[in-house]
Amino acid sequence: MTIQTLVSLKKQLADKSISSTELTQESIKRAEASELNVFITVTADQAIEAAKTHDEATPSHSPLAGIPIAHKDLFCTKGVLTSCASKILENFISPYDATVVNKLNNAGTISIGKTNMDEFAMGSSNESSFYGPVSNPWDLERVPGGSSGGSAAAVAAGIVAFATGSDTGGSVRQPASYCNLTGVKPTYGRCSRYGMIAYASSLDQAGTFTHTAEDAAIALNAMSGFDEKDSTSLNVTTEDFSAQLNNSLAGLRIGVPEEFFGDGLNNEVGSLIEDAIKEYEKLGATIVKVSLKNSSLALPAYYIIAPAEASSNLSRFDGVRYGFRAQDYGDLDDMYTKTRSEGFGAEVQKRIMVGAYALSSGYYDAYYAKAQKLRRLITNDYLTAFETCDVILGPTTPEPAFKKGSTADPMSMYLNDIYTVTANLSGLPAASIPAGFTQAGLPVGMQLTTPHLQEAKLLNIAHQYQQTTDWHTKTPESYAVSEPAVTTGESS
Amino acid sequence: MSQWETVIGLEVHAQLQTKSKLFSGSSIAFGAKPNTQASEVDLALPGTLPVMNMEAARMGIKLGLALGAKLNLHNVFDRKNYFYPDLPKGYQTSQLDLPIVGEGSLSISINGEEKVIGVTRAHLEEDAGKSLHEDFQGMTGIDLNRAGTPLLEIVSEPDMRSAQEAVAYLKKLHSLVRYIGICDGNMQEGSFRCDANVSIRPKGQIELGTRTELKNINSFRFVERAIEYEVERQIDILEDGGSITQETRLYDPDEHETRPMRSKEDAHDYRYFPCPDLPPMHLDQALVEEIRATLPELPEAKKARFITEFKLNEDDASVLTQDRETADYFETVINNSQGETKIIANWVIGELFAHLNKDNLSINESPIDAARFADLMNRIADNTLSGKTAKQVFAELWSSDKAVDDIIDKKGLKQITDTGAIETIVDEVIANCPEQVQQFKDGNDKVIGFLVGQVMQKSKGKANPKMANELLKTKLN
Repeated sequence: MTIQTLVSLKKQLADKSISSTELTQESIKRAEASELNVFITVTADQAIEAAKTHDEATPSHSPLAGIPIAHKDLFCTKGVLTSCASKILENFISPYDATVVNKLNNAGTISIGKTNMDEFAMGSSNESSFYGPVSNPWDLERVPGGSSGGSAAAVAAGIVAFATGSDTGGSVRQPASYCNLTGVKPTYGRCSRYGMIAYASSLDQAGTFTHTAEDAAIALNAMSGFDEKDSTSLNVTTEDFSAQLNNSLAGLRIGVPEEFFGDGLNNEVGSLIEDAIKEYEKLGATIVKVSLKNSSLALPAYYIIAPAEASSNLSRFDGVRYGFRAQDYGDLDDMYTKTRSEGFGAEVQKRIMVGAYALSSGYYDAYYAKAQKLRRLITNDYLTAFETCDVILGPTTPEPAFKKGSTADPMSMYLNDIYTVTANLSGLPAASIPAGFTQAGLPVGMQLTTPHLQEAKLLNIAHQYQQTTDWHTKTPESYAVSEPAVTTGESS
Repeated sequence: MSQWETVIGLEVHAQLQTKSKLFSGSSIAFGAKPNTQASEVDLALPGTLPVMNMEAARMGIKLGLALGAKLNLHNVFDRKNYFYPDLPKGYQTSQLDLPIVGEGSLSISINGEEKVIGVTRAHLEEDAGKSLHEDFQGMTGIDLNRAGTPLLEIVSEPDMRSAQEAVAYLKKLHSLVRYIGICDGNMQEGSFRCDANVSIRPKGQIELGTRTELKNINSFRFVERAIEYEVERQIDILEDGGSITQETRLYDPDEHETRPMRSKEDAHDYRYFPCPDLPPMHLDQALVEEIRATLPELPEAKKARFITEFKLNEDDASVLTQDRETADYFETVINNSQGETKIIANWVIGELFAHLNKDNLSINESPIDAARFADLMNRIADNTLSGKTAKQVFAELWSSDKAVDDIIDKKGLKQITDTGAIETIVDEVIANCPEQVQQFKDGNDKVIGFLVGQVMQKSKGKANPKMANELLKTKLN
């Protein structure tokens, strides 16, 4: 077993078998040596300074103190380039920290840099980045998934044990599935969106990439909580997401939606998910058939709502106050046109156009208003299903990681989100956890979805599976961690 | 004479007197250095989010209650999308389908007749920043201090039929927002702005004519002049067989004309949709009742009370309740003086207003505060001062901060009310004016005026004229 977990790193820091400075230096070394194009910015000096401060300070009780992590480049980080992988923010040094960043700083994490992503989180392959595509550490010719591809690759390649991501339609769960990680998108409103550059405000939610569900609980405990700066953040009492990890699954009712096992699902992926279901039965769970009859409408609804909100959210990138401005322009309109045409990539421009169209006078009712109705129907399907089950289980994606350059047809890329967008539309917490490998050695993820605010239960269900399986402990061969100090990973 | 009827609807933007902006904690104070009152939220930095300032919602409810309007306890913010350099987010957060205030009304008085003007709605929205074109050679400066300032846009029905009615409505609304303390009403600084929708139609026609929207009319006088100009312009066009173009026109007070700004064809598609960063606002009735309890006495009620409680006539009561500060001043004086209310009203409306106008001051800036004014009224009431000497004291009060009694003592203006002292003067006058005394005795009552005048002259205006009159009559009968 070679993975580094937050739990094992904390233990090593606590017994002083390694210092935060050594750990951070090692992470930076790997980040800089990596050929995956994971990082847009590595903040080596700041990280080492923070690690030294940690090592000199009195030991912290925080389970994350002194541990190097990485942030997706859509989280604003004070004094550091925050680009959203877009040319239009190629020079934007944020003057403030996102709430999530601030909370993780307060928990003692050491940020070593900002990870690559699809431009403005729009994409499922990490190929729309202004800074170039990221490679999947399991197969360099394949994509790591998107939009949080850099964060997924950073954890999968052993650079850090935890990286932040954001999930609007599957942008944490899909790359987690492609990279053999545990990826969690909590309930909408759990983590503050303040300082997380908006793609689609009503769908965006911060999430985590770790190897284990146990680590995800630790990370989420530090990241989540009510924030008065975000009016959509949930004002609920914070709970310990680790509290239920060891609960027995005896009597657990697992809902399996027939709609997630139909046409378009890769056979190998399908049979691995069947295996996972059998594993859960061994753990004492019972299987319930459920129906999410409107789920085929989720993708069309998502691809109206998300671009519509994005078309408005991205209006602030106008070349007036910050960011990129075109060199030569005539009048004001010309400045806007050239700045936005040169500053945004093709995928972003396409979504802005789609969104503006969906909101335009005369089309609003036919598109945006109708999509919002579908959203309510889809949510109702879930709420009905949860009357007969505790969790819904299915594949995270229809296929394992695909090859770079194979998404010339945008519809085929959009289909990657088919199982994941529903959790965003309904605001439900969902996770993707490793469920095995294809013959070709590509990881496959399974998705677990629970009712609103039941992250502790969700992580319990994931953790118990990880107690009897070892898929999540596998690492890509070329990135196997060999340093003795960090090979003593927990046998979790 | 004219065969045309004018139809006017007004849109008023009232800047709310909150401490901070509608969606951020920045101050909204006027006149600060450019961009010193613009936070990361106001600058629309990436990742920033709005948080509703509930004080603005309370002010919206306050206006709704004052207009007797329907309140939308469930109301929604929408984004109005368009690009402009002083609009940092690329959209204005406003309210489209569910404004905080629904239908209400405001009554105005035109030539002694009451007329009810419908108020369609009032919604909360944020102001834009300012583009500064003057100081930058070939460039435009952007000041975002004003960006995000809370506004209530108050939209009337097209119920007004003349420029005079429009001005009466505007003044009434102006007075109301200041009464309830939600807007300072400063038109020069733009805290109370008005756009007018103007159209004409042949008398008797029900269908509305094509309207134009007039912008940049930032004083009551300009509203009247701009509308009058625009009505003339529209009549000329129609009478020449032309047609009105629906457009936005800018009023130029220097040239006294309106000019086209943009036509309907240039109108933006604002792509309104509910703002996903702000959950719908759910206010409860308890909050409404709490606000209702804080509502001050409104102008109509105050005027009625002034008429019954202080026995004022309609005109005086109107003038004294036109703004809250004047009414408060008047009531403070009344409460601190034994004078007759009618005399006090005359002094406020006459002497005080004349001086305020001359020095271009508001009543809050009056050099004579209500307390000193009340002292002056007391000295008239107790006969220490005559009307004439009181004016001398008033002038002294205006230019100094001395007390009323000190001025009276120093200038020796104290009215002579001692019977013995006046008797001596009266005897002197009777002795000196045998001719007039004889005329009086012969039955010419009018000559008493001359004799009182003589007493006043000899006493240097200090004798109480009433007492002089009585003493003269007693002695000559």
